[in-house]
Amino acid sequence: MEVEFRNINKTFGTVRANIGIHFAIPSGAIQGILGENGAGKSTLMKILSGYILPDSGEIYLDGKLAKIENPADAIRYGIGMLHQDPLDFPPMKALDNFMIGKPGSLFPARREAERAFLELRDQFGFTVDPNSYVDSMTVGERQQLEILRLLWLGVRVFILDEPTTGISAQQKEKLFLTLRRLADNGNTVIFVSHKLEDVEALCDRVVVLRRGELAGQMVPPYDTERLIEMMFGKVIKLDERLPCSASDQVVLRLQNVAIDDYRLQIRNVNLEVRCGEVIGLAGMEGSGQELLLRACAGLVRTVGGKIIVNGKDLTGKDAHTFMRHGVTFMPAARLEEGLIPGLSINEHFILTGEQKGIFIKRDQAKSYSQNKISEYSIRGFPESRVEALSGGNQQRTLLALLKEELSLILLEHPTRGLDIESTIYIWSKLKERCAKGAAILFISPDLEEILQYSDRVIVFFSGKVSPPLDATMTNVDQLGQLIGGKGWEEIFEKERVGVSNAAR
Amino acid sequence: MQHDEKRWQNLGFQLGAVVLALLLTSLVILAAGAPPLDAFKQLLKGAFGAKMNVADTIVAWVPLLLATSGLLVTFAAGLWNIGVEGQIILGSIFTTGVLRLLQDSNLPPAFIIVLAVLGGMLGGGLWAVLAGLLKTFGGVNEIFGGLGLNFIATSMTIWLIFGPWKRPGVGSMSGTEPFPESLWLPTLPGLRLSIWTVVLGIIALVVIYFLLQGTYFGLKLKAVGNNQRAAFLLGIPTWQYMLLAFFLCGLFAGLAGAMQVVAVYHRLIPSISSGYGYLGLMVAMLINYQAVWVAPIAFFFAALNIGSIQLPIALKLDSSLAGVIQGSLVLAVLMVEGIRHRLVRK
Amino acid sequence: MENDVILIGLAGVLASAAPVIFATIGETFAERSGVVNLSVNGTMLLTAMAGFVAAVLTKNVVIGFLVGMVVGALVALLVAFSSITLKLSQVAVGYVLTMTCRDLAYFLGNPYVGMEGVRINVVPIPVLSDIPILGTLLFKQDIMTYLSFILIVVAYIWIFKTRPGMMLQGVGERPAAAHNRGANVNRLRYIYTVLGGALVGISGPMYSLSVKAGWQGTISGLDGIGWIVLAITIFGAWNPLRAAFGAYLFALLQWLGLVLQPVLTGIPSQVLQAAPFPLMILTLLFVNIGDAEWVDRVLAQLPEATRRTIVRVFRALRSQPPAALGTPFERQ
Repeated sequence: MEVEFRNINKTFGTVRANIGIHFAIPSGAIQGILGENGAGKSTLMKILSGYILPDSGEIYLDGKLAKIENPADAIRYGIGMLHQDPLDFPPMKALDNFMIGKPGSLFPARREAERAFLELRDQFGFTVDPNSYVDSMTVGERQQLEILRLLWLGVRVFILDEPTTGISAQQKEKLFLTLRRLADNGNTVIFVSHKLEDVEALCDRVVVLRRGELAGQMVPPYDTERLIEMMFGKVIKLDERLPCSASDQVVLRLQNVAIDDYRLQIRNVNLEVRCGEVIGLAGMEGSGQELLLRACAGLVRTVGGKIIVNGKDLTGKDAHTFMRHGVTFMPAARLEEGLIPGLSINEHFILTGEQKGIFIKRDQAKSYSQNKISEYSIRGFPESRVEALSGGNQQRTLLALLKEELSLILLEHPTRGLDIESTIYIWSKLKERCAKGAAILFISPDLEEILQYSDRVIVFFSGKVSPPLDATMTNVDQLGQLIGGKGWEEIFEKERVGVSNAAR
Repeated sequence: MQHDEKRWQNLGFQLGAVVLALLLTSLVILAAGAPPLDAFKQLLKGAFGAKMNVADTIVAWVPLLLATSGLLVTFAAGLWNIGVEGQIILGSIFTTGVLRLLQDSNLPPAFIIVLAVLGGMLGGGLWAVLAGLLKTFGGVNEIFGGLGLNFIATSMTIWLIFGPWKRPGVGSMSGTEPFPESLWLPTLPGLRLSIWTVVLGIIALVVIYFLLQGTYFGLKLKAVGNNQRAAFLLGIPTWQYMLLAFFLCGLFAGLAGAMQVVAVYHRLIPSISSGYGYLGLMVAMLINYQAVWVAPIAFFFAALNIGSIQLPIALKLDSSLAGVIQGSLVLAVLMVEGIRHRLVRK
Repeated sequence: MENDVILIGLAGVLASAAPVIFATIGETFAERSGVVNLSVNGTMLLTAMAGFVAAVLTKNVVIGFLVGMVVGALVALLVAFSSITLKLSQVAVGYVLTMTCRDLAYFLGNPYVGMEGVRINVVPIPVLSDIPILGTLLFKQDIMTYLSFILIVVAYIWIFKTRPGMMLQGVGERPAAAHNRGANVNRLRYIYTVLGGALVGISGPMYSLSVKAGWQGTISGLDGIGWIVLAITIFGAWNPLRAAFGAYLFALLQWLGLVLQPVLTGIPSQVLQAAPFPLMILTLLFVNIGDAEWVDRVLAQLPEATRRTIVRVFRALRSQPPAALGTPFERQ
């Protein structure tokens, strides 16, 4: 089915997400939609799949105007979307998820549905168990489930929004095979991503969006530099690596740490982090790095081993004890876990600052806040409510709230959703603290960020924790392999050899 | 210029809500077979007609003032402390207990009264902490924990009145044996009103105002109420602060209960808390949790309560009309606010 | 002889639980769709009064129930409008409504206090009512009790076995996903909330027209039942079968309170009558105790086998609300 966008516009508040989008997708193609975070790709696809309504513009299917006002309409036209976080029902079984939404009689035919499920599943070589609960499945399995569901509904246009975030290399290969089969069978596949190499490897044609507008289109052979230019508007080169400030003093020591989660088991983590060092934690979401980071903050309890901060054994202590010893944790969910909606920037500084006496000295606080706002280039006023700030400014605020004297800074996705400028700025501020002796552990899904700013890198895969790798001596490929589950035996072997060498 | 315009617009909407509530209430009064204007006139007369009425209105005002002030603390922490009614009751029970214990001793009466009032505050505070513990350690929502404790508090009152504290002879619904006049808070001549209660009420309100507006504690409470998770990560000991909020509210509720015994009824009666706790929640909602408005709105609600007492005799209407008016007002204001927001967003 | 007395008593338990079942299942439907209707207590009183008045005026019991149903639905419509369209706090609106409806019930019911009411009668089912034990328990009841039995089964089948029921579960768990599958989330929330209110509206008149017939300015023991309904909804884990168990448990406690009065003379009768209320609420303590952090710590110190058994018990007791309960849904 040919899909054509004619002059689609959509604005959210002050953000213009789609501006005059106008292009066509031929039948049976694998269409790539490339663009940075916030370029408008997801918005456009949500409009096509009926999840949201455009402000203006039309969609034509096979030359005829299509009235898509909700997801049910889209399904009727044969259009279905796999969202970045699959929209499923976690406490229910895979089979239930499969069945809900398919029109039919009052009493659904469960056995028939299960038969269809298994048939489709085996056809595509998936491994999802119809009777498992969705909240215990991996992201890859949830994607498979959603694809099966869309197939059963007779979808002919498959939209996949960032499907390769959070799945392993093997799962990605399988996904690509599936998508090619779908296209060979006459379906249209729309592949939305910010990952150049995925799009280049899979797609028959590419459309690039930048800041809400159509920046360009391309067919193979792909000119990577030109694509980057279309995505970012300019050629960017990465910063020079900033020097490492590590001293000899050990800030954090993990001895044989073990953590249990109902899905993962982490065992035998041994690590020494020195003052001024930056350690990057890489891995697919849910591989264990969030658990380890939170354990270092005292937010997650360990089931074995010791955590020693600045020489003090803090194993088993609560998070506030860790905070008293100079550890701070900055969560990824800015408004849900980091900042307090309803309070102003000034009030946040009052809360984290020195509190002498019972009564708040608001004037003093205000001048302090004003200073901090200038220092961190936050676009806002002391009285501004934090929920009114943009994502980048919220992140800067969180950073500005960090106390002066910190030994260990634990960051969960410090630059999520930020543009390049903010990212570079935030890291420069963080590196300043390293120079003053603070150590940093951070999680990021962006391997280039990990390599750029870490001194050493630890990779996680299904609870397996690699020994720290020197960032200057590894690269995206090796890290990617480890994240995908390959090359672990060699890594552990090398460590064993290294240890016995050192013992000699 | 725009700011003033907005203010007039807001005022207009709020007045509209009040008018709406009055209209709805008038319809209800008509449905009960009485002329609305007469009913409103009777309410005014009942609340302010003579010196006695005004005094009674003030007497009803104080416990409501205290309960609402305390509730502002729990609301700041994001808690629905429906258990406040039970906390008032426990205040009354503890006060009665202390009075009974010390009434025959040689201590100066003023001292006994002070101890009794303090005891009442403690009782309310402890009962509130119990609701808090059920929430933090038992995972029971404070609405249900509070309700359960309210039921238990009422039962305790009945048991005491008919059991260990019953009047000589047969226990009756009229309550325990009244205390001697020496243990009464002095009232104004000829009236049931004691200036002490008003003073305490105002002091309580002022304390709450400064606590919430100007102290670190108040700001931290607000942080916990708005985003518990983030407040914890910013270093605030959340469950401790919640328990403290409960305790503070309980202190004020207990004070209200103490006043009911020491200044109004001079004994323990079955419905000693008279619904002031439940009503306080409504006052707090109506004033959008802003301390400056507690006094006037609580006064207005108290006037309605007192004004409605004579309704059955004067117009053959049930005194629950007060509750109907109070509820309609809160509902109308809430909904009009909601409608205004929706229109603004469009 | 004694067995008969107990049987009749137990049959009475089933009958007195019937209105609680109607109300709880109604609330379960509303909450499954994501809306808490805290006004249940006030609504039950208001509809009890309204149903009584309507039945007295028209001399027709059916009209009484219908009026109750309509009033209950209207109150719920108000809750739905405030929560879904205006996105106000569900707890706040529900609380105000519960207080106001109660006062409305007393105020408007005043002229009708003490009037002779109509009642519904016990209708034994032929043949079935002669079965030993079960016959007395199940088949010698009034029509509303029979309907309550049927309601439990129908509600259970609806939620868990039908297509629209599964979507209802989805709406409460993750409205965005339900929306994605073609559900009109807000419309479904309106429908189920109003339906819930209608069922609550039927439960009110069940008190004034049968169980404790009449309107005496109030109905003793009714004020407060609405809160118990809300507690049983949680206790019942939003499952009609488990909720019915909670309702019967509560009714049993009430009956025991009555039965034990002559035995426990030291305790005033009012206390025994009131005891089931806090007891029922305290059952909530056991429902999610397994999730508490301190319990985790204690369990970690127990031997493996004991720990596993206890964990299994906790998991069975567990009652997790629909994840989206109380949160408004907005499509962009």
